[in-house]
Amino acid sequence: MTAIKQKDLILYSGLIILGLVAPFLFSAFKVQLTYLCVLIVLAMTWNLQGGEMGYNSFGNILFYGLGMYLTASVQVGMFFPLAEWTESGGEKTFVHTTAQYFQGIGVGLLVAAIVPTIVAGAIGYAILGLRGHYFAICTLGLGIAAGEIAGGIEIIGAGQGFTTPPFPAEIVDPEARGQFFYFLSFLVLVLAFVFVKYIYGSRFRLILNAIRDNEDKAEAMGIQTMKYKIVGWMCSAFFCGLAGGIMGGLIGYIDSTDVAFDGREMGVFMVLMAILGGKGTLWGPIIGATLFHFFKEGLWTFILGWQYVALGVLIVVIVVYFPEGLMGWLREKYPERFGEVIDEKDRKAQVELK
Amino acid sequence: MDFLIFKAPMLMVQASLDGILLGILFALIAYGMALQWGVMNIINIAQGDLVILGGYIAYTMYLAGIHPAWGVIVSPIIMYFVGWALYKLVINKVVDRDLFISILATFGIAIVFQQLMNFIFGADVVVAQSEYGTTMLFDNSVTLPNSKIFSAFISVLYAIALVVYMKKSRLGRAIRATAQNARAAKILGVDTEKVYAATFGINAALCGIAGALISITLTLHPYVGLPYTVRSFMIVIVAGLGNLPAVAISGMGLGLFEEFADYILGTEFRIGAVFMLLVFILVYRRFKLSKKREYLK
Repeated sequence: MTAIKQKDLILYSGLIILGLVAPFLFSAFKVQLTYLCVLIVLAMTWNLQGGEMGYNSFGNILFYGLGMYLTASVQVGMFFPLAEWTESGGEKTFVHTTAQYFQGIGVGLLVAAIVPTIVAGAIGYAILGLRGHYFAICTLGLGIAAGEIAGGIEIIGAGQGFTTPPFPAEIVDPEARGQFFYFLSFLVLVLAFVFVKYIYGSRFRLILNAIRDNEDKAEAMGIQTMKYKIVGWMCSAFFCGLAGGIMGGLIGYIDSTDVAFDGREMGVFMVLMAILGGKGTLWGPIIGATLFHFFKEGLWTFILGWQYVALGVLIVVIVVYFPEGLMGWLREKYPERFGEVIDEKDRKAQVELK
Repeated sequence: MDFLIFKAPMLMVQASLDGILLGILFALIAYGMALQWGVMNIINIAQGDLVILGGYIAYTMYLAGIHPAWGVIVSPIIMYFVGWALYKLVINKVVDRDLFISILATFGIAIVFQQLMNFIFGADVVVAQSEYGTTMLFDNSVTLPNSKIFSAFISVLYAIALVVYMKKSRLGRAIRATAQNARAAKILGVDTEKVYAATFGINAALCGIAGALISITLTLHPYVGLPYTVRSFMIVIVAGLGNLPAVAISGMGLGLFEEFADYILGTEFRIGAVFMLLVFILVYRRFKLSKKREYLK
């Protein structure tokens, strides 16, 4: 990895400091900030295979939901019988001690990161052989099927949902719960950023781009495309699982189709945020997610009831008129800031041709 | 295996008949999807929501005191204009673009439709009563609602009418020409823009018919559109574009699969089974094609 430039160093340290003090500055918005971190992680990792690899997936929600259920199940199952927990509606009969809670969520998140990665690797060979829109529709089907199936399994609460363990009552500080989840999600965000940044500087990204631009040619050049496609998807799955686990703990309640495998919200959001910011850029999804979150939270309360109509219209407008996203627009406007050299003579000649 | 369906042969007959009659209805929706996919190269995720909207038109007539069966005539007329307007507003901007753009854009349309239907018609499960009674077969052990027979009959009728129309009429020939080669059709004087709008309108009208039939045979709910989209998508990729007998047969096959899945896995896994079948079909075709080093196009 190349040495970080001084300008970047100031930027990164500034952002990290901002991230660390944000929950104390905007104490009332801790939950919103946690959501923002999770959304950025989802958008950034969706971009890894949607934007860089060109495999537009609607099904990353599968890993998100899987992570959510796994974290909660492990957290409960480590100490209490899972079936009785869901039957009794959770917290009424069994109480986690402080140590149990944190041990549980730690192990749970570990499992939530590893199992979706393995699942992605296992189904990757079959699913990633599909291309273009077939891949998109297939993953859409996977995500919804997972939700429907999870809604029929008794041990994780079936249709009634699953209450995740409540934050230990022994910690009396009312701010503690929000801060804990915020820092957890911020940690994952930093991890995801460092990882994605590392990939952007590596040969792996070039291979992914080659797959996006022309898979047949990439294969002809001797790249084992299938191997890299699976690894790319596994990277996404890893962070989706972690994000899902955190969200499960934060929301405190898991429903199969409305919270966990929520293809209608989260599943679309991550695609939309990445496209809004600009697919295939490092900062695009981050900016897209931030903008989207502000827009959503600012507008949602004013147009109560109409938010899905607004969301649908937003999708259509972004996709139809703005498919390159914000970064794409900026790149067209100020190409030299993106390190593109423009030959003035050539440009003029092209204008004259038109 | 101690499933009820294997112990009682009459249940098997029941499920088969239900499945085939239902499958004919699915085939009608799939035909619309094949038409616009073939002509415009667009995958319409909002297909199922157009179906449900068509159903709600028939349901509104039922509430107004008109027999819902008239919906099969009124609903396609209204839906034709809905489809036409949709084309003029959004679809014409995504026709020549990447397929993923059309998927996402129609996904957005689907969300808008769902929510608007939720506002207008409420979030309850509704059904329009046709009061056609039921037919009892085999010593009353198999019950067959007459509305299902009626819906299958109407579907076949409309499908035949459309095939004849596509073969004989001027617009039908223009549509087929555009599907074969849009550029050549344009050179030869076909107004492709008009053809696209008409195609999308016809697709929406087919959805309207199917929806009106669903309102009397099954149930309506604002959020059940997506399974219909997936079913028609599945039928189209199994049957191929423009192969009508295959569309009908794979539609019936899907209907059978669903009814049997319903009995064997339980009703709560029915939709899940449909989506899993989609994944299995795609993966199966992918492996079959990859032997020849090809992929689904």
